[in-house]
Parts: sequence; C-alpha cells; structure tokens
Amino acid sequence: MAKQPAAVVGIGQTHHRAKRQDVSMAGLCREAIDRALLDANLTLDDIDAIVVGKAPDLFEGVMMPELFLAESLGAAGKPLLRVHTAGSVGGSTAIVAASLVQSGVHKRVLTVAYEKQSESNAMWALSVPLPFNMPVHAGAGGYFAPHVRSYIRRSGAPTHVGAIVAAKDRNNALKNPYAHLHNEGTTVESVLASTMLWDPIRYDETCPSSDGACALVIVDEDTAKASPNPAWIHGTVMRSESTSAAERDQVNPQASRDAAAYLWKQAGITDPFAEIDAAEIYVPFSWFEPMWLESLGFAGEGEGWQLTESGETAMTGRLPVNCSGGVLSSNPIGASGMLRFGEAALQVRGAAGEHQVDGARRALGHAYGGGSQFFAMWVVGSEKPSS
Amino acid sequence: MTRTLSAPVTVAFDYTRSTGPVLGRFLTGLRDKVVVGGRTSAGEVVVPPLEYDPVTHEQTADFVEVADVGTVTSWTWVPEPVAGQPFGRPFAFALVTLDGATRPLFHAVDVASPDDISTGMRVRVRWAAERVGHINDIAAFEPLDRPGVEEVAQQPSRNPSTTEPVAGVVTPVSLDYIYAASPEESTFYRGLDEGRILGQRCPSCHKVYVPPRSACPTDGTPTEGEIELSGAGTITTFCIVNVPFLGQKIAPPYVSAYVLLDGADIALLHLILGVPADEVRMGMRVKAVWKPREEWAYSLENIDHFAPTDEPDADYDTYKRHL
Amino acid sequence: MRDVAVVGFAQQQLPDFDGSPTCVEMLVPILAECYEQTGWTRRDVGFWCSGSSDYLAGRSFSFVQAVDAIGVTPPVNESHVEMDLAWAMYEAWIKIQTGEVDTALVYAFGKSSAGVLRRTLALQLDPYTMTPLWPDTVSLAGLQARAGIDAGVWDERAMAEVAQRSLTDAEQNEHSIRKGGSSVEELLARPMYADPLRKHDCAPVTDGVAALVLAAGDRAREVRDRPAWITGLSHFVDPSSLSNRDLTRSPSAADAAAAVDLTGVEVAELHAPFSHQELILRRELGLADDVRINPSGGALTSNPMFSGGGIRVGETARRIWSGEISKGVGHATSGAALQQNLLCVLDSSTGKDGL
Repeated sequence: MAKQPAAVVGIGQTHHRAKRQDVSMAGLCREAIDRALLDANLTLDDIDAIVVGKAPDLFEGVMMPELFLAESLGAAGKPLLRVHTAGSVGGSTAIVAASLVQSGVHKRVLTVAYEKQSESNAMWALSVPLPFNMPVHAGAGGYFAPHVRSYIRRSGAPTHVGAIVAAKDRNNALKNPYAHLHNEGTTVESVLASTMLWDPIRYDETCPSSDGACALVIVDEDTAKASPNPAWIHGTVMRSESTSAAERDQVNPQASRDAAAYLWKQAGITDPFAEIDAAEIYVPFSWFEPMWLESLGFAGEGEGWQLTESGETAMTGRLPVNCSGGVLSSNPIGASGMLRFGEAALQVRGAAGEHQVDGARRALGHAYGGGSQFFAMWVVGSEKPSS
Repeated sequence: MTRTLSAPVTVAFDYTRSTGPVLGRFLTGLRDKVVVGGRTSAGEVVVPPLEYDPVTHEQTADFVEVADVGTVTSWTWVPEPVAGQPFGRPFAFALVTLDGATRPLFHAVDVASPDDISTGMRVRVRWAAERVGHINDIAAFEPLDRPGVEEVAQQPSRNPSTTEPVAGVVTPVSLDYIYAASPEESTFYRGLDEGRILGQRCPSCHKVYVPPRSACPTDGTPTEGEIELSGAGTITTFCIVNVPFLGQKIAPPYVSAYVLLDGADIALLHLILGVPADEVRMGMRVKAVWKPREEWAYSLENIDHFAPTDEPDADYDTYKRHL
Repeated sequence: MRDVAVVGFAQQQLPDFDGSPTCVEMLVPILAECYEQTGWTRRDVGFWCSGSSDYLAGRSFSFVQAVDAIGVTPPVNESHVEMDLAWAMYEAWIKIQTGEVDTALVYAFGKSSAGVLRRTLALQLDPYTMTPLWPDTVSLAGLQARAGIDAGVWDERAMAEVAQRSLTDAEQNEHSIRKGGSSVEELLARPMYADPLRKHDCAPVTDGVAALVLAAGDRAREVRDRPAWITGLSHFVDPSSLSNRDLTRSPSAADAAAAVDLTGVEVAELHAPFSHQELILRRELGLADDVRINPSGGALTSNPMFSGGGIRVGETARRIWSGEISKGVGHATSGAALQQNLLCVLDSSTGKDGL
C-alpha cells in the first residue's frame, strides 16, 4: 500500500536568540505557528491535528508542557500528540505529523517544536549527577568530543576541517534573518583561535544555546493544490540503535547508514551527491559535517572531509550544506531538527530568501539525537513524487 | 542484603521564566495588590487571563481589574501537604470566583478544618507582605467573616520597589527521588565496594559488559555470570574538558576517556590523571588507581582515576572496532 | 483504512519496584511474553514506539536505555512519545496505516514510586501561575469531585459504588495491587482523606510496564483466531486551565466518543484514576446501563503511570481473543482531571466481512 502524498505548504520559525525574554513558552510557539499558518494561507481553525515536539522536559521544568500549552497552541478540541526522541525530536515530530497525512487520517496537520533553553541550563539538565555514577560527563560537548577525535584518527582529516565548517555555517547564517548567531567576519583562522572547550572541539565549533521554535503545516494532495509552491515529501525515515552496545560504531553508526539507504531508496535516489541540491544536516559540532557526509553516502568512508575542504559544501559548491547557518548558528534543541526539515522545504519551494540555492529541486532534512543513536531524515522535492 | 542499591537524589533548579505580556500583566497586578483578569471574545472574565483567546486564538488584550473578594465554587481538603504548597499544615485548595470575574482562580484557603469551608463561602485575598510579581503574592484566601490576618514577610524579596511591569518570574522546582540501580548495576557497585571490577557476559553474543546490563543492547538478553577484570586497559578515545559547568564535581581541565579494560568488550568512561592532559593518547595503556580503602563506597568513584602504565601503546588495530 | 488488530498484550505491575527507573529489567520479560503470544521474534516487528516520562524517572532521556530491552542490532524503526502507552499505540497504528509497516510493538514504563507522584504531576500544570502552588493530583481530583457533588451530577454513594465494584473485580486480576471489595455502606463509613475523597476513591501509586502488539490484515490472522480489530481510534485534548473548564464534564472524551461507533459495546475499560472520573466518562461516552465497566478492576485498583491507559486497551483485547465478548472499548486519559482522552474500539469483526 502506498502512502498518500503529503506536502509542506507552511513554514514558520522564530527569531532565535539566547534569551527570548519578550515571550512566554506559548508566545514563542505561536510566533512560529502564526508564521507557518500565514505562509500556508490557513488558520488554526482549518487544522485537524497538532503534533508537538521537544527535548527533555527538565529543560523548561514542565512535565509534558503540551498539556498546559494546548489551548494557546489552538489544540483544544483537536487531537494532540507529543513526540520526544532526544535531539532528533524536531525531525521525528515532523515525520509523525507527515504520517498523519500520509495515512489518510488527517488532511491538514500543524506541527511545532520548540525549546526555551533560557528557562534553565541545558548543561545542568543533561548532567544531573546520578548516585553511584562517575560524573566525568560535561554535557553534549563532553559526550561527542571523543568521537570526533576518533573520526579524525580514522579518516586522517587535517585538524582544521572543523574550523572550515564553522566558518562556512556562521557566514551562511548572515544570510538568514532568523539565525541566532550573526557573527560577522568569522574565518577559519578566527575559529582556530577560539578557546578549546572539549578538546578537540573549540568554542566556535560548538552550537549556541537558543530559545526558538519552528512550525510546519503539512497537508494532503487536495489542500496542496492551493499552494503555489508545495514541498512534496519524497521519503521519511527513523532509525534507532543503542547508546552503548559492545563494538558499536560511534563515528558512523549503523542506524545512520541504514536510515540513509532506506531514505534514498524511497526517494528514488541512487547518487545522493549528484541528485540532492541542498542538504540541511544536523551539525551541532563542526566535525559532524564530514562525519555525516560519509554516513549519508555523499562521500566514501574517510572522504567526507575532502568535500568540506574543497568547498563543495559551501553555498557555491555542488552540495550546499546548511545554507541556513545550521545548528551551529541556532540551536533551540527541540526545534533544531524541525528547522533542518523546514529549511530543506524552504529550499525546494524557492522560498529561502538570501540563502536560497538556485533551482533547488530536491533537498535533505536530517536530525540525530541521543549518543548518535536516533536518526530522523526526510527528502522533499519541488515535484510531486511519481509513485 | 537488599536486591538493589538505592540512594536519594534531588533534581532542583530555579527556573527563570519570561512571562510574555499577558501573564506579565497579571503578575504585575499581583505585585501591586490588584487582581487582573482577561476578557475573552465570548465575554468571560478569566483569572488568570488566558494567554490566547479560545475562539479567535488572538492574544488576550482586554484586561479587567476584579475584586480581591470572591466566592468559593469548589474546594478540597489537603490533609497531607507536599513540599512547596502554600501551607505546611492541612489546608484547603479552592476555586474562587472573584467579584467581577466569571471564571474561578485556583489558590489555597487558610482554614483549620474541612468544617470551616463550604462551597458558596465568601473569601478575600490575604496579600503577602512582600510582593514581587508572583502567584505567591497571594498568600492565600481567608474567610471574609474572619478578621484579616496581616501576613508576615516570608517571600523572597526581588526588587520590590520597582514600578516596571513584571516580565519574568522565578519558579523553583525541586524534586526528591530515590534512585535505584538495576540488579546488574548493583552487583557492579557492590563489587567496587570490595575493590573488584565485575563484568558479565551476554549469553547470546558472548560480549563482556562492564557494568553488566539488564539487557544486552545487541540482543535484549540480560547479561550473566561474573567476570572479574584487572583494572588494566587501553584508552580508545578521549576529550580534554576545559569548560566549567553547573553541577560539575571535578575542576577542569581534565581528561575524560573511554577505557577499554582488558577482557571487556565495551569501554568505560573515566578520568585520566598522572599525565599532562596534552600527553594523553589514543591507545595509551592505563590502570585503575583506587582511592584509599576507607573512602570506598558503592561507587565507580572508588576508582579515583586511571593512570598511565609503562607499557607501550596498544596497536590501533586492537581497539579500532571500539571507536 | 487498513484493518489493524491488537494481537498481543503483556503487563507487569508492582506497588514498589526496587529496580532502576529505566525499567529495562521489567521490559525484557514482557517483550518475551509478546514474542511468545505472537510466535514472532523482534525481527518480525516493523515499528516500535514507547511511552514514558523523564520527570517520573527524575532524569533527562530516561527512555534512551529502554531500547536495550529490544536488542537493537540491527537498528530498528522506532519512536517515543512523552505520553501514555495508548498514544504510543496511536502513533504505531498511524504508521501501519501509511503502509510503511505491517506490524508494531509498543511499550511503556514508569516507576511512579521513585518520587512523590502526586507532587511530581503538579509539573504538568501552568508553570507560571499553578505549579508554584504545587497543586497535587489528589487535590485537583478533589476539586473535580466536589464540583460534581455540588452540581448534583453524582454523589458520594455513586463514587463508593464505583470503588466497591472495582475492588471486587480486582480480586480476579492478578495484576491489581489493591483489591478486596466489602460493601458500599462500609466504604462510605470509612474516614474522609482529601475531603470529598476517601482513599479508595484514588488510584494507588503503581509502578509498571506494559506492551501491546499490533498487526495488519493477514499478519493479525496468523497470530490470533479472533484478533481484536481496531474499528475506531480517536483522541482529543481539552484546555488545561481549571479556570476555563467545566470540571464536571470532559469534552475531549465526548469528542472522541462522537468519532467512533460505540453501539453494541459489551465492555468498557475506562482509565479513571479517581472514582468520580469513571462517572464523568460513562456520561460522556453515553454508555448503556448494560455495558460492563472495568471488569479488570480498572485504574482505581492499579494505575502504572504511562502504561495505565494502554492496559485498558489490552484488557479489552484479551476479552475479544478469548471469545468472551465481540466488541469493547478501551479508554486512556492523560493530564490533570481528564484533560486528554483516547478511545480505542475493538471488535472481533473488521466490519468489512462479507464485502
């Protein structure tokens, strides 16, 4: 049985900032929702169901916040779902929302993902010491830095490749009015000169802590006819593996490779490097660009850094990656995945503004979470899929 | 001996919430001893104001000052208060529809017994002596037919003299839990208390897990048996932590490393000392350095750190599948 | 819509589980029980979805370790909701409806006893104007119960009748952690706890895990002679604010009922953690007098957080598999005072037979 066609016709996001002290949590979500609905030319009353995504509840100190937010989000009197799959949640949430349409159950679904990190402190929320355990962790950076070191060892990549990614994404962000960081004049040299935090990860190679939200309106084929530029969903995938299985490949996890293979197959893509026009890849630490390029099949094993170093992932390259500035420039954790999915949709709708890749027809949205163990991805296209 | 080890843990943070304009208006009112409601498109006066209208979905903009006197529309007795509630002794929670409002406000009513409260009873706000723009600026409601009680100052004072609108509120959340380790983890921590590092083997894939697991993540099978490891191992990969963070117990910089103990199939995350951080290498051979015996507990912290041995580095091929 | 049935169900409930809040230890045997019921291995499962809460466990990402119980090499198609098992089932049902997979196993877990449950749940309320007062779950239920008593919608006797029937039925349920009926008079003679609630009006704090197995079409028929076909599945949510709700009603439950066909339902398993909430639900669902309510003893006798709703679906399915009934409904609730509600109608027939 084939899935019902589904398309993104509305995309909204907040101006992401370290502290959005001008809004409540509901206000933050509504800023993104109202923009998405305006984009879709729909109102909350047109919406059949709402799917909320967010990372750990400890970040905001509210248990299942979608419950208290229900009325403000316009969900009262509608079906409401809450997804939480760690860092991949923004992507997973979009996929769940899409499946409500692809199943034929609903016609117009609104999905919103957010994080208001300024309500607390993510490093604290992720590192609450447990009895008996050894407190050597230091938040997400402390978790991922050893695996970055492993990648460098394995691939033989020159040590400045991470800085190339950071400089590229920060400069891309200058073209994105919603991005949190607008750091003018970031260069490879300035990144390399920044403080080493979790060696081998430097300060400028890490994502910021942001307040922000992203919302998407996903609709069925009939509703999409009213849109001048729907982004059709060509494939979606979620794959999970364990944090700590013996001999697990933590640099290039099998769940990531499996997910990519399944995704390309669904989308009818045999050569992703040639066929994908823009990619929004979840890169919270610079080195994850080359790591995921390999895992996703854009480059051979150990060769991802060469694409980055040669400039192929810049906006002028053959595979522009994170034209929006990516997670390195805005990181409202729960929303970060949905921003990747939404930015991919903006590209194929020709609606990405200054960071638009000319003529983008097919784009990848990607998110991952946990200890590189939860993966969510989609491919969107400007044309309706043929099958 | 209990089946598992357990210990208390407190999860606490003082959340700093920005309120947005609607709730900010309500909290500003409380600071100034005024209860502010919001009028909905259907004409209801709701306290606190709804942030967004239930029908039009527009942000509430029509504010109404209501009385600090009202009527109990429902109530419940609280015989065993929990931490953080307005009173540490039995009291009532109630829904109170203030004069001028059409919908009730939830708060506490200070009465001595359930016989002293009833639906329909008239009550008034007892204001906190110090008000900061917080729901606790209302100390409680009290019966209208009772002489008013002047509340003594007990609120945290936060810039009480200001006339600026309230835009933020601090809401402490502190939760006490009893954290239990799984039986397999308990075996591991009990071993550590005896100076032993104990692993178990997965009966399906035969991999050795340290600590042992309630389910081998590859097969979903609980690990079994008892395998004692020497405490010698190889650093597979690591990072140097230079960043301080809230709740951190070790002063940076320090090396956080994955140590693959000889005989184990999974690396353990631990601290490396006894060598300058910039001399730590992948493949470096290390051994466990235990704390003095009198400091031992049921904890991985009994191993103070791992320190280099004088063995040559392990060959990359011996640990590369653990990266 | 594809024909999808509940074909497997396993549960474990305890008053005070002494193991890790990840509950992996409890999940392993109930997943094994699902494999035994279906004759499958984990590789026959097309999609997995779990339900749990970080705040129940007292740590971020508390669900992450739970996938170990599956055994996830090779990796699995998997998701997680910060919701009850019933909504994890809903996500899986949707996934099957897209045609991507034919089978799913959903599970949920929660160690309610790790903290002070009625206090922890105060974190579900408006964090600006409600949570700072720490309104505990029992107090909110008490306000709701009083509202109905004052309005003459129900009385203490009706509440005691619910408790008496539940405690009596629980005697037949090995999983119930509170059981033993006496008489309505005796229950009414017991002291008030949180006036107007007596202790038997409130669900006991319960730890536990549960799992449900879903399969489409012939995959379901391979497993069971009488699969419990899902002929209706619907859920809605109400506002959270107590200032903006009629506590004697549950519009979301009524909306869910309007979206499914409850005609001919013989059994209704209602997720009512407080006795008066069953009375609200019966009214909103418009259940006839001869519908058997909560033959399992219901949530009033055992209410493991995050699986308590899904267990209602499983208990209903069990009675269809055995031939005891032909049609039933399982209900799940979430949030304070029946804020969010789900109905799953199960039938021994797909409704398309003979077409």
